[in-house]
This record gives sequence, structure tokens and C-alpha cells, in this order.
Amino acid sequence: MSMSLDPVATVSPHPLLSRYAECSMWLARYMERIENLARIIDVTEIFVRSGASDGWRAIVQINADEERFYASHSKATADRVIAFYVIDAGNPTSITSLALAARENARALRPLISTEMWSQLNIFTQFLRGLRAEDIRPSEISQLCARIKQECQTHTGITEGTFYRDQASLFYNAGRQLERADQITRLIDIKYHTLLPVAAGVGSEVDISQWTSVLRSAAGYHAYRRVMAGDLRPSSVVGFLLKSEAFPRSLVCSLRHLHNNVSRLRSDYRLRDAGGIVERIEFLRAGLDDQTVGQIITRGLHEFLDWVQRQLQDVQTDVAQAFWPPPRPVSAPAIEISGQTQSQS
Amino acid sequence: MGDSADESVTHHGTQNAASPPSHREGLFSGYLNDAFFCELTNSGGPPDPRILQLRERLGALELGDLRNRAANAERELYNLGITFTVYSERNSIDRILPFDLVPRVLTNPEWRHVEAGVRQRVTALNMFLWDIYHDQAILKDGVVPRELVVGNANYCPQMIGLDVPGKTYVHVSGTDLVRDDDGTFLVLEDNARTPSGVSYVIENRHTMLRVMPDVAAGIDLLPVDDYGVQLQRALAEVAPEGVDDPQVVLLSPGIYNSAYFEHVFLAREMGVPLVEGQDLTIENDKVYMRTTAGLRPVHSIYRRLNDEFLDPDAFNPSSMLGVPGLVSAYRKGNVTIANALGTGVADDKAVYAYLPRIIRYYLSEEPILKNVETHICAEPEGLAYTLANLENLVAKPVGESGGYGLIIGPHATREELAEFRTKLRADPANYISQPVVRLSVSPTLCETGLEPRHVDLRPFAVTGRSTWVLPGGLSRVALKRGSLVVNSSQGGGSKDTWVLAS
Repeated sequence: MSMSLDPVATVSPHPLLSRYAECSMWLARYMERIENLARIIDVTEIFVRSGASDGWRAIVQINADEERFYASHSKATADRVIAFYVIDAGNPTSITSLALAARENARALRPLISTEMWSQLNIFTQFLRGLRAEDIRPSEISQLCARIKQECQTHTGITEGTFYRDQASLFYNAGRQLERADQITRLIDIKYHTLLPVAAGVGSEVDISQWTSVLRSAAGYHAYRRVMAGDLRPSSVVGFLLKSEAFPRSLVCSLRHLHNNVSRLRSDYRLRDAGGIVERIEFLRAGLDDQTVGQIITRGLHEFLDWVQRQLQDVQTDVAQAFWPPPRPVSAPAIEISGQTQSQS
Repeated sequence: MGDSADESVTHHGTQNAASPPSHREGLFSGYLNDAFFCELTNSGGPPDPRILQLRERLGALELGDLRNRAANAERELYNLGITFTVYSERNSIDRILPFDLVPRVLTNPEWRHVEAGVRQRVTALNMFLWDIYHDQAILKDGVVPRELVVGNANYCPQMIGLDVPGKTYVHVSGTDLVRDDDGTFLVLEDNARTPSGVSYVIENRHTMLRVMPDVAAGIDLLPVDDYGVQLQRALAEVAPEGVDDPQVVLLSPGIYNSAYFEHVFLAREMGVPLVEGQDLTIENDKVYMRTTAGLRPVHSIYRRLNDEFLDPDAFNPSSMLGVPGLVSAYRKGNVTIANALGTGVADDKAVYAYLPRIIRYYLSEEPILKNVETHICAEPEGLAYTLANLENLVAKPVGESGGYGLIIGPHATREELAEFRTKLRADPANYISQPVVRLSVSPTLCETGLEPRHVDLRPFAVTGRSTWVLPGGLSRVALKRGSLVVNSSQGGGSKDTWVLAS
């Protein structure tokens, strides 16, 4: 007998509907964004407790939501900002709204994702959409954030264990890494924007405890301690968050994975349009690799973070243009959720 | 909740002498069937030993246990998203189709009879459709009134002269059957457009085996898992000539459609992409789907969109769900659409009345499954009879589905009857009437325990170049006491339908 071919190994890759690619990417982005928003709310709560009275205002600022927030609120108090970012269905950047967006992308992907993925997303997003004012009282908020983080990670785990590894999973992973990269820059920026109490300067106890909180909220505190021991200088913490090759939420890690996923679209699935996007990501990686943290801080940390965010936005735009271009006759109305209108922030 | 032991004392005297006492114990002790044909306890003749076994196992369950299992099943259906979505102004709510844990059982000979009848009916419907869109022999021979067909709102001029592959128009059909007092299966209506509900047949079986493993253990049933494979095969069979490896897709109106779960289910089972109108495009009368690698050809479309939404160029110009140019591509023979366009003329409630004659005309056979006696109000004698006997009849508009707009004479008030007579006189051609069939019942878990509730049966047939019938079908149950309306939109639920393997 001659050798037999494995039918699974020899099957040619199936084409992937553009809409599925788009929904895969955005499902990942929205889930990652929900997790990060929970992290940011959690850490801000700690900042404010430690005396950074402007902490809640800073969240509004770094999300560039001032205009919409102050349209309906006169002051950035804790309960108002938390309500705005957790349960306000009128705010597209609230967890409730993100949950709806994640849910609708997941529903569109039901033909593709595993039953386990859908079932967990179904229950979780319904839970988020059902949150009420009593669920976000000061006594509840930290627990709620913990639960949200955990459910998001459950989603991540189920996805890792059950999502079939074809094109759709590459788009999904690209979306997660893109969002994670964006979010780490926002997390660093929130510390930058948060004013220290007058009495406390850079390197003070409050300053250090705030940097510690940033590390904790990114789940990096203990790893940082292990590697950097007692060095809690801001530049070291920023360096860790931006450039640690081993820390899974660092910018450099997210960009490496993003690069890898998009490169595989080109190499494994012969999507030639991925080439230009790969180059853009390489340019972005070089912008990070070619400067030391000291240089980045000296030249302006905020400006650098801002630049990264804009680059990431361009990557998203390029991906959309390459893989789900609008239909040629542009008369079709934009579908609110699954069209081109899913937004960066 | 009543203790079953107490109830067995209370109702001991009412036990049916035809059944051995052991089967009337436990949960069935309070089961009072008002002399309807019962699928489980009163099916004439000596029951199959496996049905007795099932009754014994069910009867031995505690009511509280059964309710727990029912609650588990409902929660699971909800969490898995085996739901349909109801939209209100501000919100969307996911609902499950209520699932009753007591299975509806068909013996193998009963099923063979139904299967043969369904196959015969689908064959006749397809021959009828070919004929009325080609030579119209049946109209020329005066077997079916010409006006009823060519004047029908669902008669589709675009289909005239089009040679569909395999001469198949109705690729998927659902035949609504009921059983009367002596258990005879009767056809209530045909569904030849986009019949739904098949996903529940399969999901109900899965749920049943998960929550009632002890009740189902060792009873050999015909499997229901083949449906997707059979449907995929059928659609590939009737792809346009000359296509070696046809690309099949399922066309759905999208995530906001109430039957979206079923579309997802079928796409997954068939292993084909679920597409929306926006995913397809037509170039040079050929159909393509938009993929990350550009446009890819599509050859067969299982559509879950009604005719009028398929193509804004051909039908409703305001529809955003369809694909502009699809009908033109279809007419060129470049794509197969299943079901074909214009099949609604065959499942019309007025055409239904002619089905026995249609079967005899094309097949020279007697119908295996009988129709319910039907009076066509478009005909003077039918109208006169209906007006005179409305209080004893079910009258329904021919164009409606989902149980809307019908009147059940014996359940109607004098005012309702008078009002309906006015409607009838104003537009007689819109109505047919039928005697009230004393639908069979099946034991169903209700407030007070197991109670008889009326059921129907919708077997699904898949036709490519030949016809395959899914064993069993969807058993729908009217959950309200005495109700004859089984539609999910009107308080209906469903049951797992068992076909004994031998």
C-alpha cells in the first residue's frame, strides 16, 4: 500500500467572508476593551483613595470623552464617571454599550465560533447589559471590576482552547493585540494625566504607590518586583510596560503578536494586501525599538503615546480597507454594528 | 406541588380500564384524557412495549424532579442561545420555544406511512410547479382553476419557462399534520416556501438526551442528526450544470431576524457560510461573495428570505436585505436558489384543497395522507356551506400563516361569528373553511402535573434529485388547556419526536 494522505491536512483553506473577518477582529477588540476599562476604573478608584482627587476627570480626558461627558454632567465625580463608563447605554464607550457591540459581533460570528464561546459570551454580555445603579455603588465597584476581568479572561481562555485556527482566528488575535497595545498606552497616560496631590512630588510615596497601582491593574506588579526588585522609578515602570519582551501586556509584546498575526495572513493565506499593513506595523515597532525609555520620556511621553495610538488607528483603517472594503456602489446604508462604523474609542 | 402518591389515591377510581393499572400510577395517576386520541396513553390497539416502558419510566418520576429537569432544560436552551428574538421598541428579548419533556412517540409503521405520504406530496408539488411554470397542462385540463394559479399573488412570472435543475422547486418542505379521533394522519397545510423549525427537532433531541437520559435509555430511535448533511447534499446536487465543486451558502436576513438561531444552526450543520445580502454581489449575472481574498463564486443559495426581499431590482425596491441582480443571475441559470421563487402558489391554502386531485393527476396514485375536508369560499357552494355552518368550522384566510386571522367556530362568541361572516361576504376568495379536527393530545407538563394538550407534527423533507424525510419532525404543542393553536407566536411549545427504530 502506498501512503495515504491526511484529508484534513490537504484540504485547501476556505475563503473567509469579509464580514466574518471584521466581526472577529471587533469581537476581540470589544472584549479586550471591556477588560481594560474594568482595569482602568479599578485603578482610578485606588488613585482617588490615595489622594489623587482628579483621577475621575483623568479617565474622561484620556478617553477623549470630555465633550460628551460634560454635555450631561457638570462635574466629574466618582459616581457620575463610573455610571458614565459602566451603565450609561447612551455612552458608546460604556461597558454596557461595549457589551452590546461585542454581543452583536459574536451573534454574527455564531456560525464560526464554538458553542462554548457563544454560550459564555451570551451569559456574560446579558449580565453586563443588565447592570443597574445599585451594582456600581462604591462598595460594589471593585468586586464588579474583578468579576468583569475574570469573565473576560474566561472568554480569552475558551477562545484559546476552542476557536478553530484559521483566518478568522488571525483576525481575532490581531484585533486583541491591537486593542491591548492601544489600551496599555492609555493606562500609562492615565497616570501621566493624574495630578499628584500638591504635597507629593515625583518619587514621593503617593507617586510610587500610584505607579504600583498601574502595575497591579495591568497584572504586572509581581513580575515587575521579581525582575526589577526595589527599583520603582517612573522610567523603569514605563520601560517595563512599554518594552518588556516577557510581560504579556507590554506594548512591545502586543506589537510583536500583531505583526505575527498580520504576517501570517500574508504568508499562510496569501492575502497580498496584508503586505502594506505589515510594513506599517514594522514602522511602529521601529519607533518603539529605536528609542530608549529615557529618550521617550525626555521627548515627551504623552506625545509618544499619542503617536502610537494614531499609528494603531491607521493600522485598523488599513485592515478594513484591505479586507472589508465598502461595496462599490456606495448607496448601501451603513449597518450600525457590523458595517464600517465600528469605532476606535 | 401535589404529591404523586396522594393523587393516585384521589383518581384511583377514574383509571382507564383499557390500560393495565401499573401504567396509571405515579405521574400519570392524575392524567385525565377527555377521550381524545392520545399519543402516549390511548392510541387504540395494544401499545408497543417500548411505549409502555416509556410510560412506566415517566410515571415513576417525582413531579418535583420533572419540574427541576424542565427548568434545567429551559436554562440550558437560554444559555446556549437556542432562542428567537422578540423586539420591542427599546429592547430585544431572547425567548426560548417552550420545550416539554414528555416525548411524542411514533412507531416505525406509523412513521413509514407518514414518510411515504410526505414524499408523495412533495413529488406532486414539484411536478405541479414545473407544470404551471411551463405547459400548464393541469390548468388546460381543468383540474385546477386557472385563475386560482395565475391570478395568485404568489404566482411568480419570472419563473415562467425557467428550467430549474432536477425540476426541483421545493427543496425544503414542512408538511403540517394532525391526527384525528381515530389516529388518522391528516394534512393541515403544506409549507413550501421557507418552512422553519427544523433546528428545534435536532436541538430538542439533544436536550432530551441530556436531561432525560434515564427515560430514553435503551430505546432505539431513528437519528435526527443527518439533516444538515442531507440538505448540503441536496443543494450541491441541484447546483447549476457544469460546476464540479459547488459553493453552497445560506442566505439569512441577519442577526436581527427572529429565526437567526436556526439559520446559524443550519449553516453550521451544513458546513457552509451564513451570508447576508450585503455579503453577496452580482457581476455579469454571476453571484459572488465578498471574502478577505476578494470575490468568490457562489453556486447554490439556501435562502431564508421571502421572495419579495430577495432582489430589490426584481421585487420590493426598498428591501435592503436582498441582492440586486440576483433574480437575473438566477434566470440565466448561473445559480440555484432553494426554495425556488414562486413556490408560494403551491402551499396556498386554496390550492391545498386541490392537492388530492393534483396527486392523482400527476402520479395516478391515491393520496397516502388525506387532506382535512376543505370548503373553498371562492366557490359559491363552499361559501354558502361555510356561512351556514361557521359555528362548527375553522375558517382561515388563505394568505396568512402563523395562525393569524383564523376563527375557531365552536370557541367563538356570537359577536365574533357575526363579525367574521361580514368579512367572509366581503372577500370570500380570501377564505377556506374546515371542520374542527379533534386533534390528538400528548401528556404535557402543566401547572398541576401531566395534562393532555393538543399536538401537531411537521415532518421536514429535503429534495435535491430525490427526496429524503427527516425521521419524526417538529411536534408542536398548544400549551393552553383546550387550545388548538400550536404556533409559537400564539403560546405553543414543542416536544421531542421519537421514531422507534423498528
